[in-house]
Amino acid sequence: MQSDIFLSVKNLSRDYGPLRAVNDVSFEVKRGEVLGFLGPNGAGKSTTMQMLTGNLAPTEGQITINGIDLLDNPKQAKAHIGFLPEQPPLYKELTVDEYLRFCARLNRIAKPGIAQALDTAKQRCGLQEVGKRLIGNLSKGYQQRVGIAQAIIHAPAIVILDEPTVGLDPIQIREIRRLIRELRTEHSVILSTHILPEVQTTCDQVQIINKGEIVLQDSVAGLQRFMQVSSTIVAFRKAVPIHELSDLPDIESVDRLDDHRFRIHYQPHDNPADGIVKRAVDKDWGLLELTPEKRSLEEIFVDLTTAESTPVQPADTEEGQAA
Amino acid sequence: MMVFTLAGRELRSLFLSPLAWAILAAVQAMMAYFFLWYLQEFTELQPQLMLIENAPGITQWVVMPLLATAAIVLLVVGPLLTMRLISEERRGQTLSLLMSAPLSMSEIILGKYLGILGFFLIMVAMIVLMPLSLLFGADLDLGMLAAGLLGLIMLLASFAAVGLFMSTLTNQPAVAAVSTFGVLLMLWIANLANTSTDKDSLLSYLSILHHYQPMMKGVINSGDIAYYALFIATFLALSVRRLDAQRLQS
Repeated sequence: MQSDIFLSVKNLSRDYGPLRAVNDVSFEVKRGEVLGFLGPNGAGKSTTMQMLTGNLAPTEGQITINGIDLLDNPKQAKAHIGFLPEQPPLYKELTVDEYLRFCARLNRIAKPGIAQALDTAKQRCGLQEVGKRLIGNLSKGYQQRVGIAQAIIHAPAIVILDEPTVGLDPIQIREIRRLIRELRTEHSVILSTHILPEVQTTCDQVQIINKGEIVLQDSVAGLQRFMQVSSTIVAFRKAVPIHELSDLPDIESVDRLDDHRFRIHYQPHDNPADGIVKRAVDKDWGLLELTPEKRSLEEIFVDLTTAESTPVQPADTEEGQAA
Repeated sequence: MMVFTLAGRELRSLFLSPLAWAILAAVQAMMAYFFLWYLQEFTELQPQLMLIENAPGITQWVVMPLLATAAIVLLVVGPLLTMRLISEERRGQTLSLLMSAPLSMSEIILGKYLGILGFFLIMVAMIVLMPLSLLFGADLDLGMLAAGLLGLIMLLASFAAVGLFMSTLTNQPAVAAVSTFGVLLMLWIANLANTSTDKDSLLSYLSILHHYQPMMKGVINSGDIAYYALFIATFLALSVRRLDAQRLQS
């Protein structure tokens, strides 16, 4: 553990034939951080995860795990990764214990340490009761937990979970999220999802990927600020000409809702409310309403992922390829 | 020792599936039938054979034909066992477990290969118990038996290598089985197309059968062993490449 940066990705790209599924993605994950990887279906999340875990070779770029280059020394680097793919890789004919023991040995845990590793992983994932049962007979939620146990059994630096809560019931989802929050005490976690509240409840850092490119990279706290205010609804008793409002300082643009109501957009760090009130009093417009609008993460997400991006490539055919 | 962990898992999973048991039972029943048939033929001919000097003994009459028949039976059955090696892992998405573990592609392939080879060896051991039971009442030419056994094992090891390679090509076990069978049969009968009297033509050299027959007569040629070793190594190398290509796919 040379540094606090467990994973660093530089200029990662992946082509599928003429299609660029992931384009020039760079990011870092620090010790004990939970990174939420958000994006609509087919945005390149799974492709990126598969590259991080050595299941796919990148077209360009560099991946460093715990200071080891994944492409130059795949065996050493992979020892620091635990991966739960979208569909948990389970041998359904084995029992939970047999399966986890096999995973422990695959990850080169020395023989005397296996029992201990098995116990720890089972305990963390709440699998003590089902050790002797066949994986194929377990419910989806338990299978998912076995998948997570498999990913953490060798105490890797980074745990990569690809949509871990898909197909689970709400109680199971809560348990898995609690588990992810627990994991961060010892591991760094990368979590891909398209469920937004999941990010708000479990992650420290957020990354939104769309059409293979990262469109937003921020901490959850920063995102909350982002979400707070950037528009205000104002209403006046009198009809007001729109240019009188857009003249004011700190205002980006003004939407006219009707003659009396306007939506005013501004940068999150500015607040033009003061100026609006002053002018309203000076000109005797009769201010009736001044309501700051909060944006939800959903709206930010939709804004970022549906905005007309530079048309580099036809992206709507991407879904099938990247999945 | 990762290779043995993988091989052990493979073997275990095989025995947890009804397919492996069914195949073992069916092969054993078939071979028992052949064994009894050859034995009966021998006992009927025995009085006449006694009159001939240096007549072929029970090893030539019963044991070697049995091994030769086993080769044909396993040619049909082998693909059914090898078909799932990689294709099943792909279908069940379990391949990513191996791919993201600290393993090299050659370790994965070698582990799978040794696993299935272990199963084949168990099958051969079961078959060979029958001729060995003759030791209670007859003298066997053990050297000849050993040569035949080596031939059969080499043959099976080649089947397993081809089957493994075919299994890396597809997601459908059935497709892997059929194409393995096709390739093996082609290689088996390759020397039939050889109409010239020259026994050493390229086509007969390529035929698996051509290298198997001398061992059935008790002759071990280093050339034949080298043929099988190269054959196996080639298909294993192709499998490794094929698995690696999945990572690079575009």
